[in-house]
Amino acid sequence: MQIAVTIPTILRPLTGDQKQVTAHGRTLAELIDNLEQFYPGIKKRLVAEGKAHSFVNIYVNDDDVRFADNLDTTLRDGDNVTILPAVAGG
Amino acid sequence: MLIIHQLLVDAIVRQARTDHPMETCGVVAGPAGSGTPTRLFAMDNAAKSESYFQFGPHQQLKAWREMERNGEEPIVIYHSHTSSNAYPSRADIQYASEPNAHYLIISTDSRYGPSLRCFRICNGRSVEERMKVVSAYRDDAFNRLIDVGAPAAVASV
Repeated sequence: MQIAVTIPTILRPLTGDQKQVTAHGRTLAELIDNLEQFYPGIKKRLVAEGKAHSFVNIYVNDDDVRFADNLDTTLRDGDNVTILPAVAGG
Repeated sequence: MLIIHQLLVDAIVRQARTDHPMETCGVVAGPAGSGTPTRLFAMDNAAKSESYFQFGPHQQLKAWREMERNGEEPIVIYHSHTSSNAYPSRADIQYASEPNAHYLIISTDSRYGPSLRCFRICNGRSVEERMKVVSAYRDDAFNRLIDVGAPAAVASV
């Protein structure tokens, strides 16, 4: 299952400056494990305490996974995953 | 140094005043690599808070996709402080995630404001930088791109 993953500027140092990469996985958790094999260090930027890290928004197609099944969100061939920095502050 | 058009600053100040006492927030995009802010995306503060702001994830996705389609990037990320001065809070520094962006903070607290200050925030550190508000950019091509509306960002999501 091949999934296109869009990488935000802040994480591009981990992907050799690539804006978009492909990875595999039946769920978002598997996809992130797969990304980690090729781009070590990325997982800890995306996951905290078994959920999507609060510093990032992860979308499957147009849906924020926090409003779906979080890391258990199922992926289908041809899905797009977009990672954006969460823009927030005090 | 941030050089920003007066019309954009006026729109940000208006938005901050309207949203007060809630924090306001948004992004000003510009052609990628230009460093010149031209197009304002006023965002809703999804946190609806007087002490915190957060871009709504769907609204943000729409805005970022529109920038991508137009060859733009976030040049300025702005928000307001409604009961403190225009200086980055701990959360501002923690969440700053666009290393190339200028972080603009506007205080609408009557004790401090209205005041606008600009910072670079990277790797847990913030450094104030100069800001110059201009009535026209030197390159007229950028003046033609000025857009204080927010076509994608305000659409309901």
